[in-house]
Amino acid sequence: MTDTSIPQPPKHTGALANREKRLAYTMLIPTFLIVLGIVLGPLLANFWISFKPVQLADLRSAQTLANERLRPRPEAAGEEVILQYRIRNSSQKEPIQNVVMQDTIPSGLELSLNDERCSLDGQSLTCEFGTIEAAGRFNLEIPAIVEQSYLDAGERPRDNKAVFTGDSDNILTSFEFTLDNFRKIFSSDDFWSVLRVSLYYTVFGTLGALVLGLFAAQILNTAFKGRNVLRGLFLFPYVAPVIAVAFAWVLLLDAGPGGTFNAMLMQMGAVEGPINFLGQRHIPFTILGFTFNFPMALTTVIAFESWRYFPLSFLFILARMQSISSDMYEAAEIDGATPLQQFWYLSLPQLLGILSVLFLLRFIWTFNKFDDIFLLTGGAAGTRTLTVDVYEQAFAVSNLGAGAAVAVVVFAVLLVFALIFFKFSPQDDG
Amino acid sequence: MKFGTVDISAILIGAVWGTVWMIITGIVLMLVSGLIVSPLVGLAALTGAVGGFVFLMVQSRFENVTKTTGALAMLVLVIFGVLCAGQPFGADLGQKTLYQLIALVVWAGLTGLSIGMCLAGYRPGSAKRYRMELLLIRFLKGLAFVFFTIIVVLPFYVMLMTSFKSQQSLLANPLDFSIDFAQGFEGLFRSYVELFTQYHFGSFLLNTAFVSVCTVVITLAFAIPGAYAVARLRFPGQAFLSRSILLIYMVPAIVLVIPLYAVFSQLGLRNSLTGLLIVYPATTIPVALYMLQGYFRGLPSELEDAGLMDGLSRLGVIAKITMPLSLPALASVALYVFMIAWNEFLFAFMFLDDLDLFTLSRGVVSLNSSEVPRQHLMAGAVIATVPVLAIFLWFERFLVAGLTAGSVKG
Repeated sequence: MTDTSIPQPPKHTGALANREKRLAYTMLIPTFLIVLGIVLGPLLANFWISFKPVQLADLRSAQTLANERLRPRPEAAGEEVILQYRIRNSSQKEPIQNVVMQDTIPSGLELSLNDERCSLDGQSLTCEFGTIEAAGRFNLEIPAIVEQSYLDAGERPRDNKAVFTGDSDNILTSFEFTLDNFRKIFSSDDFWSVLRVSLYYTVFGTLGALVLGLFAAQILNTAFKGRNVLRGLFLFPYVAPVIAVAFAWVLLLDAGPGGTFNAMLMQMGAVEGPINFLGQRHIPFTILGFTFNFPMALTTVIAFESWRYFPLSFLFILARMQSISSDMYEAAEIDGATPLQQFWYLSLPQLLGILSVLFLLRFIWTFNKFDDIFLLTGGAAGTRTLTVDVYEQAFAVSNLGAGAAVAVVVFAVLLVFALIFFKFSPQDDG
Repeated sequence: MKFGTVDISAILIGAVWGTVWMIITGIVLMLVSGLIVSPLVGLAALTGAVGGFVFLMVQSRFENVTKTTGALAMLVLVIFGVLCAGQPFGADLGQKTLYQLIALVVWAGLTGLSIGMCLAGYRPGSAKRYRMELLLIRFLKGLAFVFFTIIVVLPFYVMLMTSFKSQQSLLANPLDFSIDFAQGFEGLFRSYVELFTQYHFGSFLLNTAFVSVCTVVITLAFAIPGAYAVARLRFPGQAFLSRSILLIYMVPAIVLVIPLYAVFSQLGLRNSLTGLLIVYPATTIPVALYMLQGYFRGLPSELEDAGLMDGLSRLGVIAKITMPLSLPALASVALYVFMIAWNEFLFAFMFLDDLDLFTLSRGVVSLNSSEVPRQHLMAGAVIATVPVLAIFLWFERFLVAGLTAGSVKG
């Protein structure tokens, strides 16, 4: 038996709810648009570019350029001269269609128009040239008679630049696709080593920053005089601009004369000669008859990454530690747990949530990092990561398409990481 | 009384502290005075070890001994021990005697203090595991203090001091960071003066400040309404948005650089500050929105409901109730965005070609060539660093509270 008299909740959304919805969308639209335009749009555009044979030089779209002058240089009124336009297409590849030139002729110059492509209306000259081939050039010559007013006014033809309009194909918007970019990057010898270096850098840079942060948080967790000062100081590496600290490291670790750190080591008798921390790919060393290659430059950039980002993890870990209630520690104390046991069995499990979140974030950000390695080594000496490779391909080798293809690989690897993390991440807090 | 674990620890701890502080004071002496030294590390370790043991004994003999008197007893002994060796820093005591003596006293004081802090309250003989672990932790914490302070300070110190030096003196002795006051104010700040007069750093500084402040304003103008909508209003997709907005922050900038470079080149936006003012907010808005919505959620909604009941519109509620309540969060978000914009390198490097438009990041990179002396490079780095560090120290407590608030549960 159904009783229709029991009131049911309404099925449709009411007017108030609709208004709230509309207000929410209005408030979100600006954010949505800018994110769409500057982040999501370029993300898709990057896929587009990665399938196109586009070079850095292709970005400069084909343009018509002109030089104008009078020949010979007029000396007296009534002289017959030629107004000459030297016109060319700036592009070596793309023709330009429907080229129209507009120019204003200086007063006092009597043109006798002999070209059917051109028309004169008062002082304004309009010419239609049709199509100019790639790298095409030609001259337009119009006879003219100089009047006294021209010589007096002192206005010359080139003072007033001719304006061109025209259509040209843009390689970026055409429907010409190729797989060459991907073929090129996957078949290069470097690619797999670049990928491996990226992974080493990401994993050890992340772990380094986390471990340093954990230790720094431990020593600042107890209250003492000057703790706030020290906390501010420990954040310096993160707050200072990357260019400043990167160049400070470069100078500090310089292997040439003037390198402070090497001079220190040699003065203390720790090393024989200067170590090229940022320029040397491998340092061979022998243990028990086995020779290992120690990746020097890679280790240095990993150390830099850990140094620069330990403040961030330190800050979050410290905040979490200070929010753990002291009851547990008191109970553990009474039960006779030693300090290390308290750390291992109480603090660490409590910190696991924030540690895993930090690991995830830092892992992705470290993988995305470009500036640090670019400024320290420029990707030389076995430190070229995928992100540096994007720059190298697109702007150093000037092959935008190949750079975009590497960027696609960066994004794909990132997606794989994200999937793995979501699969295995703890679901509780964050 | 048997010789036990605490005694052994005291000797080891003393030896390590003696060594560590000897190396550090030696290097600092070298950097400050310009004297070439090679500290007698072995002797320092030995003296430290003896000092550690003596401290333990003195402490046990006098029941009410305070940390300070123990350390003082140490100090006398320690100075005596090192003075016997004649050349504690491996250099003739006749050179820069004052510096050497000060360094010696500092070394002895620091060693004594460290030993005192580690061993306070311990008696000779053996101790239980609990007490031994406590001792170990004290010792390691002390070492960690020294380690972290050095790794943080050293690069900044080198950066600052290099900017005051001349190329010749740097190459002659890279360890000499003593400031030569004889060259006067002008000589000391020569690099800075040249940067501002010949290398356009004045305009770089203005450009950077302009871009950073505008980025903060634009970001807040976009993020405040967005964050409020996500935090308070109900609409389809709200839960999804509040979770996924941070994913935008995971997109690597290097992936965006190529398309933005291509499109901005065609639109004529590339070599302009306007271009940067479009890109920077786009990268900071998601994180600002995320931080703000976390804070808005934590505000009691009753206050806003009361405002609504009293006849305010939604926008009125935001302007009159929510914003004043969230000033600390706004300050921390503004500071964080300011830091990001001020320090940004990649887009400034890719986009800007004209000297008049350079930001500091771009300008300092242009100094990194073999034609520009390195003290200029470091002076440029200092100019880029000082404003952002000053602002950071000023607002530090906001930033720390704001950054960590969203992610930490009680």
